[in-house]
Amino acid sequence: MLTPESLDQQVSGLDALELPVGPRIGRTRRLWNASWPKLAALVIALGLWQAVVWSGWKPEYVLPSPFTVFKELGQRIGDGTIVAAVGMTMRRAFLGFALATLIGVVLGSLVSRIAVLRSAVGSLITGLQTMPSIAWFPLAILLFKPTEGAIMFVMVLGAAPAIANGLIAGTDHIPPLMLRAGRVLGARDLALYRHVILPASLPSFLMGLKQGWAFAWRSLMAGELLVIIANRHSVGEQLQNARELADGPWLLATMVVILVIGIAVDSLVFGTLDRAVRRRWGLIDPAS
Amino acid sequence: MTAPTTPGTPADGAVIRVDAVSKVFGHGHAAVPALDRISLEVQRGQFVCLVGASGCGKSTLLHLLARLDSPTSGTVAVEGRTGLMFQEAALFPWLTVAGNVSLALRLRGVPRRERPPLVESLLELVHLEGFGAKRPHELSGGMRQRVALARALAQDADVLLMDEPFGSLDAMTRDLLHAELERLWVDRGFTVLFVTHNVREAVRLADRVLVLTSRPGRVAAAIDVHIPRPRRIETPAVSALAGEITEQLSLEVRRHAHA
Repeated sequence: MLTPESLDQQVSGLDALELPVGPRIGRTRRLWNASWPKLAALVIALGLWQAVVWSGWKPEYVLPSPFTVFKELGQRIGDGTIVAAVGMTMRRAFLGFALATLIGVVLGSLVSRIAVLRSAVGSLITGLQTMPSIAWFPLAILLFKPTEGAIMFVMVLGAAPAIANGLIAGTDHIPPLMLRAGRVLGARDLALYRHVILPASLPSFLMGLKQGWAFAWRSLMAGELLVIIANRHSVGEQLQNARELADGPWLLATMVVILVIGIAVDSLVFGTLDRAVRRRWGLIDPAS
Repeated sequence: MTAPTTPGTPADGAVIRVDAVSKVFGHGHAAVPALDRISLEVQRGQFVCLVGASGCGKSTLLHLLARLDSPTSGTVAVEGRTGLMFQEAALFPWLTVAGNVSLALRLRGVPRRERPPLVESLLELVHLEGFGAKRPHELSGGMRQRVALARALAQDADVLLMDEPFGSLDAMTRDLLHAELERLWVDRGFTVLFVTHNVREAVRLADRVLVLTSRPGRVAAAIDVHIPRPRRIETPAVSALAGEITEQLSLEVRRHAHA
């Protein structure tokens, strides 16, 4: 017969046996495991680039070697031109993305909650995403003149639909069991939204933000190439100048900056957020 | 040891009353009757198990009682607060174990200050003290189901509805959870309506076992279980009665063979 004491013991014994025991991997080891394939890929890419330069396909002043480009980059970081341009561009990126997020969240939560609105503009939002952002610029410049406003306009149009869609998809794909569990606990209407629907759609919302960032960044680069504002240095403006002066090393150095910023924000900001959420939810193997 | 009673005997002190309830899903030719004029009552403090083959509308009935759905016709009345446990723990993955239990308290209106000690004592009740900071995915199936039990208890439910809550657990864990549930039920005196397709489990736990027919669901028989507690699932008395009920159930299932 199970006495209360033996029941307690048996329960905790079974719990101890059932908890997973996995091998613990050290921090440096994990960091190395994650970074060596990336480093290897980078080395191979630089090697290919150098090989093309050595082949003599294009003259050096048009297609410079990686070494020349990184020397140029070092110089431009040193004299501050790149730093000022990146500062301007990042300020625009942050503002535009923040605005797009705000509009995307408002739009997404309205559309996901109101059925009429959904059938009215639901497919329109997805449709907007197929529109290449550069196609918006003629209209943007017509409406806002070549100003910051024109760039913001196109960034928001590019990023907000992706962010809204992430939120809508998130609320659409909540397992019905979660909603039922919330209702059983007494969460109705706003409380259900606040305690179940909103947190449950977080992973999908993060994906939307990540995608929104990619759209915003592309729109911003297109905008900076087309909308040159006097005496305002930006990354896109540098690229345009380099092309006009046929300065290969400067052009490629600027492209490296664009690539690095894009990758850094994507993996450091959104990648980290995404991993943190998935780890908390138990959607990734903790040992990997 | 058993005394078959007529289904739906009227009595005082019933906390669950289901009166001629029908539930039809869909319309017209596509309409599927899930429940057909089902009537039953559960007395305060009673432990009642509903057994039936697939398609007898067991889960539908619980959803009606938990007010997740409304009947097509008939009336459903549950006195007091209702808690519902699902076959899966249905814990929220974005909250910790303690957070899941605490949310139930919060939604019940328990002030913030009073929640942490209550959460701690509820986790102790289900033998999970010290696991509050864990995430649901870090626990085993049996432990998750106990968190779900603690969460249901946090609702301070007068009536605990359970929808095959131990169906996906291994036999040993299930035996332990039976003992835990029985202990909590004796200590706290709530009413339980427990749905299962496992007849032995029903006999192990219940004061009264209701056998449901399939498609559409109706109460075919009600069997009072007089085996003294605490019971064990492997005793001859439990087996014998379970055998009798299984026999009735298989008759019921065979009825559908040529239908």
